[in-house]
Amino acid sequence: MNTPTTTLGILDAPAQTRETQLFHSADWFAHLRQQGWQRFQTLPMPTREQEKWRFSDTRTLSLEGYAPAPAPSEADVAKLLQRSQLISHPAGLMVHIDGHCVLEPQLSPELAKQGVIFESLEKAVKHHPALLKQHLLQHPVNLGGDKFQALHQAWLRSGYFLYIPTGVHVAQPFVSVQWTLAENSAVFPHALVIADDRAQGQVLDFHFGAQLDSRALAISCCDVHTGQEAKLERLSVQGWGQQTQSFQVDNTCGGRGAKIVAINAALGARRARLENTVRLEGPEANVNLYGITVATDGQEYDQRTLQIHAAPHTKSDLLFKNALLGKSRTIFSGLIKVEPDAQRTDAYQTNRNLILSPEAEADSLPGLEIEANDVKCSHGATTGQVSPEELFYLQARGIPLKVAQELLTQGFLEEVLSKVSHPEACDLLRTLMQEKFHRS
Amino acid sequence: MTPSLEIKNLNASIGERAILKNFSLTIPRGEVHAIMGPNGTGKSTLAKILAGHPDYTVQSGEVFLDGEQILGLEPDVIARQGLFLAFQYPSEIPGVTIANFIRAALVARQAKGAPFDAKAYYAQLYAKMDELKMDRKFTSRFVNEGFSGGEKKRCEILQLAMLKPKYAVLDETDSGLDIDALRIVSEGVNRLRGPDTGFGVITHYQRLLEYIVPDRVHIMWDGRIVHSGGKELALELEAKGYDWVKQELATH
Ligand SMILES: Nc1ncnc2c1ncn2[C@@H]1O[C@H](COP(=O)(O)OP(=O)(O)OP(=O)(O)O)[C@@H](O)[C@H]1O
Ligand SMILES: [Mg+2]
Repeated sequence: MNTPTTTLGILDAPAQTRETQLFHSADWFAHLRQQGWQRFQTLPMPTREQEKWRFSDTRTLSLEGYAPAPAPSEADVAKLLQRSQLISHPAGLMVHIDGHCVLEPQLSPELAKQGVIFESLEKAVKHHPALLKQHLLQHPVNLGGDKFQALHQAWLRSGYFLYIPTGVHVAQPFVSVQWTLAENSAVFPHALVIADDRAQGQVLDFHFGAQLDSRALAISCCDVHTGQEAKLERLSVQGWGQQTQSFQVDNTCGGRGAKIVAINAALGARRARLENTVRLEGPEANVNLYGITVATDGQEYDQRTLQIHAAPHTKSDLLFKNALLGKSRTIFSGLIKVEPDAQRTDAYQTNRNLILSPEAEADSLPGLEIEANDVKCSHGATTGQVSPEELFYLQARGIPLKVAQELLTQGFLEEVLSKVSHPEACDLLRTLMQEKFHRS
Repeated sequence: MTPSLEIKNLNASIGERAILKNFSLTIPRGEVHAIMGPNGTGKSTLAKILAGHPDYTVQSGEVFLDGEQILGLEPDVIARQGLFLAFQYPSEIPGVTIANFIRAALVARQAKGAPFDAKAYYAQLYAKMDELKMDRKFTSRFVNEGFSGGEKKRCEILQLAMLKPKYAVLDETDSGLDIDALRIVSEGVNRLRGPDTGFGVITHYQRLLEYIVPDRVHIMWDGRIVHSGGKELALELEAKGYDWVKQELATH
């Protein structure tokens, strides 16, 4: 599909496009976007000389040639809606194609009655301005992706708003599927999740390219806020097309006694950068952060994480596991920051890389910054190959080398996969990883 | 001629060190041969070389499985040709369940793209586990991870029973087993005995051979077989110890 020449590219001021008309009723929103645009223009493109971009291949970074794509054809909508039926009984399913919302979720009357909100950002801006004004893109960008986040803000249009009110428990997951379809499409998926005090829920975020080799630019942001004693699990699956550049900035805040599990799976894109900041704001907040990656030939996965402990008795535990095939690269850079008041904190960080090809390269940069004195912290990174003895054991049962390597890789990743509590989502992720392994 | 696993004049080393020295042994299908010998004499080395372990250097010799040379083939090819090794020290495979592991081994034996009958597979797997008195929960446990010594050995026999090889080499499958487990595992092996299967049973203990009664007993010493006889040889060895073998060697 070709983009009509009349459409402006993302490097043209979005203020001149029909974009603003979309939200003409919300001045504050137009203003927010404008601020993003201004910030974008003043910020330089990152270079690898900057500490926050160390090891990252910034030479191949480019924002040229991408544009927001026009609405998809009915036939394409039908096809992709079909492919979006990934989970049998979601609490709600939302689908976007090239940034256009093509399916608004239908919540059950019970959920609606309890005050649960799950709707597209497009709608939420009009329906819930107060909540959005308060929370939309209010986090500082800590990990170096300011310029991309600013562009996201400038083009902010699509995404979802999820609100689970105080004390409401939702058993079924909220599912959002974002597709890129048009060649050179630019998308800016946004997710705002608020789980109020003692609320419980699960979010499944899928990002896919309609074709395996889709070329696109995706800059996504997700902000998660949890109230006291809230419980939230979020799985984000990055499966953009293999020619896509992906930037993802996630921010998660844990309130007093909140329990959060956040899992980032990375499969797609040519290059993908994930910036994931977790802030434990309330005492006894507890966050588990997981990463799972299968990197194949030509891919670069750049993972930057920050665990901020801002309150006492908080706990964070991070585990990022990367399997590298072909000529692929992963970078993991993680920082644990314990603020002076955050006594009796437990903070852990582990990065494990499994190298399956002599051409693959994994870099690991763990870090600690501790300003409290009564804390338990540890960080560690290992990079290694498949154990020859394990390989021999499998082969001695008649399993061919390539299959044995795949089994061992799956075994390696299983530790993180098993953290996906939704069985169907877990199976889906497992299948996606297997398919990717077979293609390599 | 009965098909057999035939090892002829095998010389092998690890690094600079010679371990197998002109080793020869023939195990015909349908027979159980016990191999006994002191620690470090090269029994496990032999077993691993047969299975195609890449760490050893073979200087000379041949190994025929039903007349076909298998030395130098990839381990998975040798296994699919019908040789099974029950390891003295089975590896732990984190994240891979027993069910998936054995399934992958069976799929590897099917024609490419042939459908896998999962229902029949589980029925068979459970039946064999019941026979070996293994809790069915083991199917979803990761291979050997956190298993007790005895559980690992049972798991080896479970794989043996599922894969039904032509030849099986059991490397100290009895070590670490309690008395009940020894009986259960031995019964498992005995069920597989028959005209189509040959066994090489490596052990230090006569006791195992009361359960799995061998057709032949071989004594291995310094990288080769120095003495062969009937099942009574094991009793003699038990009574006299390896000094006896040493003296015999010196006088011959
Ligand atoms: N990878 C290795 N590197 C160095 N030496 C080795 C290696 N593997 C085996 N050996 C040596 O080869 C010799 C034979 O070992 P092997 O394991 O075959 O003995 P074994 O007869 O099975 O002994 P046991 O009864 O104790 O199991 C031993 O001296 C051992 O130390
Ligand atoms: Mg041994």
